[in-house]
Formats: sequence, structure tokens, C-alpha cells
Amino acid sequence: MKTNRLWSWFWVLIGVLYFLVPLIATFEFSLRAKKGVLSFLAYQRVFEDPQFYKTFLFSLEMGALTILVSILLVVPTAYWIRLRLPQMRSVVEFITMMPFVIPAIVLVFGLIRVFSGPPFFLTNTYIGTDALLIAGYTVLALPYMYRSVDNGLASIDVRSLTEAAQSLGAGWGTILLQVIIPNLRAAVLSGAFLTLATVIGEFTIASFLVGVNAFGPYMSLIGQNKTYESSSLAIISFLLTWAFMGLIQLLNRGGQQALSGAR
Amino acid sequence: MSSNTLPKKNEIKRGAQGVRPAPGNWKNWIGVIPFLLFTFLFIVLPSLSLFVGAFQDAQGNFTFKNLADLFSADIIGAYWVSIRISLATAVGGGLLGFLMAYAITVGGLPRWVRTALTTFSGVAANFAGVPLAFAFIATLGRTGLVTVIFKTLFGLDLYDKGFSLYSFLGLSLTYMYFQFPLMVLTITPALDGLKKEWREASENLGATSFQYWRMVAMPILLPSLLATIILLFGNAFGAYATALSLTGGFLNLVTIVIGSQIKGDILHNVGLGYALALGMVIIMAISMVIYYFLRRRSERWLRT
Repeated sequence: MKTNRLWSWFWVLIGVLYFLVPLIATFEFSLRAKKGVLSFLAYQRVFEDPQFYKTFLFSLEMGALTILVSILLVVPTAYWIRLRLPQMRSVVEFITMMPFVIPAIVLVFGLIRVFSGPPFFLTNTYIGTDALLIAGYTVLALPYMYRSVDNGLASIDVRSLTEAAQSLGAGWGTILLQVIIPNLRAAVLSGAFLTLATVIGEFTIASFLVGVNAFGPYMSLIGQNKTYESSSLAIISFLLTWAFMGLIQLLNRGGQQALSGAR
Repeated sequence: MSSNTLPKKNEIKRGAQGVRPAPGNWKNWIGVIPFLLFTFLFIVLPSLSLFVGAFQDAQGNFTFKNLADLFSADIIGAYWVSIRISLATAVGGGLLGFLMAYAITVGGLPRWVRTALTTFSGVAANFAGVPLAFAFIATLGRTGLVTVIFKTLFGLDLYDKGFSLYSFLGLSLTYMYFQFPLMVLTITPALDGLKKEWREASENLGATSFQYWRMVAMPILLPSLLATIILLFGNAFGAYATALSLTGGFLNLVTIVIGSQIKGDILHNVGLGYALALGMVIIMAISMVIYYFLRRRSERWLRT
């Protein structure tokens, strides 16, 4: 038993090292912008760059809109399927798993091919391009948004709540907005944070649709010519990921783990 | 589901299906129309468009030439590198992740280690793309911390010894950063599902620890282990941002080739680009089908 436990500690240690060493290295690297001394110069430069805020806010905005579209799309659908169309459940679940089969790079390839030409011409205007980006992100978010909401619905009695609301004279809009969504708060929020964590630094789809306007491509651009700044950006986005995951953990303690697809 | 008035509607409808649509039946479908419309527009249509494109020549006529072109040395090479790197990191990450998951579940470690490690894993599994590449450049790049430590402490120049972060090995090490945490997260519940009674029963029957693992635990765990490894495979196979920002497109992965095809017609053949994408989707689809069946098999045991 004693050797068994040592063995366990050994593997945990390996994992922790694998996890921490790159972070320590990146942090140390990010402090070396000024020759000979450790300083936060690289961070200062990043925070002084107007492009940093512009791209970050743009991606944040895209993330917020993606969350909005995802909720509008997923909550009523998952609710309706539990209530009226249980036979469609496996079909819809299958559709929501499609992003695991279609990698982001293939998805954006297809989106451009379909929507940049007739009859849509979405990529000819800024609004159209942003809309296409949000649509792409919504697709990427589908698997975990759907799973999160569906798990949330499983834990409440959808049918009784609906009937109770209906007998009090509520319409569908009222039921969804004032009865179902409030009960799904934790599920929707954890799906939302995971979406945000994925979307903010997303590179693949953003780089082909909006280029350096988005945060992911901006980071990539910085990486090409500014070494220390790129390390500080890595630390910043790591802290962001950490914050989002922490919020999710708080929301569903002991619940299922949140995972996104390949990037 | 069974006690209320609403399910009856479904029962009636199901019974009447194929005879004539029950009155009010179509109303049930209204609720899913937005979802179906959205997924048709942004999942089905793009996929279909690539699929059709893969079978068309420049003039739009039907052809098998694009698919045939996939079997040129360059393209096969790109698929081969992608498959190898995905396999290597799936198996490597899977093994490391499994050993860690083992340590925190049945390994007899204090509870806080488990909480800390799963939290770490949740973050690391989602820390991919551009910043991950930056982190590894700062770690194992030419002037990275670990490279420098090896040089000053052990007098060992990794890059003289033939190591490079911008190679197969380097990219694999980078992918492992999000691969093994994913394994930890997905296999921990499976390890939790191993019942204490099974171990006690096998010990009572005189089995050694090795025999217990070989004959009881492993056969039960194997489907979920394989399923997760396939999941990791797909995770690495579709990765684009990490590889591009690390190697600058130097390593010839399928995703990188598709990426440069979107930017400009580097293959000098648009149809070939579509065929490449189609090939990726087929490989991903096959692995997902295997994943699905393995998952179902593993659930048989792990349901309580």
C-alpha cells in the first residue's frame, strides 16, 4: 500500500510539473522585457496598446452575442423536446455533436464557400461578416451549451412547471422567460462562461472572417514580432481561462466537467 | 413523463403515424423549426457545399479527380503527419492522464489533491490555441526557460542534440498540455464507477492486485479508455491554431494545408481543397462512430 501511494504521488507530481513549468516559464519570460532586470514592462506595453482593447472588446462583444444566440436557440429547443417531442431527442443530440465531427477549419471553409457568394453575400459587409462569425461560434458552442441546458432541464420538473404556469394563464414567452430560464440559471451560465472562454481567444474562424479585428488573430500577430508581449498575453489569457473555469466550478459544484472542442 | 395528460397526445400520435397525421400534430414541430433551420444553414449547408465541391471540377462538372488527387504523395504525407501526431498525443496523453486519474481516485491520495487536480485539468484542457503556443515557446523554444536550464545546469544543449519545438516532437509535447487533462476529466468518473465490492470479491477469491486489474478492472474500463483516446485523437486531429502559431505552418498538417488553401489557391486546385476537408470529416466521423459505440458499451457497467 505504501509503494502504491508513492506511485500515486509520483504521477500527480509529473502532471503538476507538466502543468506548471510552462506557466512559470512563460511568466518569467514575460518579465524580461527590460534588459537585466525583471519588470512588468511587457504588460505595460500590452495595456498601452489601443489595439489590445479594441480587439478584446470586439471578441467580448462577439462572445456575448454568441451566448445570446445560443440561449435563444438552445433553451426553447431543449425545452420543447422534453415537453412535446421526446422522439426527436436523439436526432437533436446527434446534430449538436456535429462540431466534433466538423473541425473549426473545415466549418469556416464551408461557411465561406456558402455565404460569401450568391445569394447571401454575407462577407461583403461588416455586419454580415460579424453575423457569420457569431453563427460559426454558435455552432462551436452547441455541444456544451446543449448538454449543459439539457442537464439543467433534467433536474427540474418541466411538465409540472409548464402546466402550473399555463393554468395561471401564462403564454409560451412568459413560461420560457419567467419560469424555465430562471430555473436553469446555473446551467445557462456555466454554458455561457465556457462559450466565452472559447470564443475570446478563438483563432481559427476569426482569422479567416475578421482577421486582426479579433483578439485571437491579434495575439497571433503580436507573437510574430514581439516576444515578451506575447508571453504576457499568454499569461493574461491563461488568467482569463482560469477565471471562467473557476466561475463554472462555483456554479455546478460536483457537476459534470465542462469541455470544449478542438482548437 | 407517464402520469400527466400531455404524453397521451404523443401516444395517440405515435399510434396514428403512417395512417394520417393527427390533428394538431404539426404544431409540435414548430418549437424545433428555428433550431433545425439554423443547423441546416450553418452546419448542413456548409458541409454539403464542401461535399459537392469535392466532386466537381473547375467548370462544375462531376468528377472523381479531386478524390483521386488526395492520393498524391504530398497530401498523403499531410494526412499521415496529422494522424501520427494525433495518435501519439492521444495515446501518450491518455496514458499520463489515466495514471493521474488512477492516482486521484483509487490511489489513496487525500481528497484535496483530487479537487486541485481536476480544477487544474479543467483549465488546462481549455487552454489551447495561440496562447498555448506562446507558453511553449517561452518554455522549450531556443531561449525558453527549460532549454536554458538544461544548458546552464547540465551543459546540455537540447537544440544541438536535435530537439526542436517546431518539429513533430515539439508539437506533440505542446498538444499533450491539453490532451492529458482531457483524459483526467473524462476517465475519472469511469474509475469512480469501479465498485469496491468487485475488488473485495476478487481478493476474497485469492486474486493478486495484478490479477484484479487484468481480469476485472481493465475489461470494464477498456471501452471507456479506448473511447476517451479516440476523443483525444479527434481533439488533436482538428487542431489548427496551436499548430499554426507554433510552427508557422512549417509542419505539413492537414488543417494547415486546408488553412493555406482558404487563404489562397496554393494547391492550384480548389476542388482538391474541398476533397481534403471531406477526407478530414470522414476520418472524424469514423472515429466518432467508434467512440459512440465504445461509450455505450462502457455505460453498461458504469450505470448504477
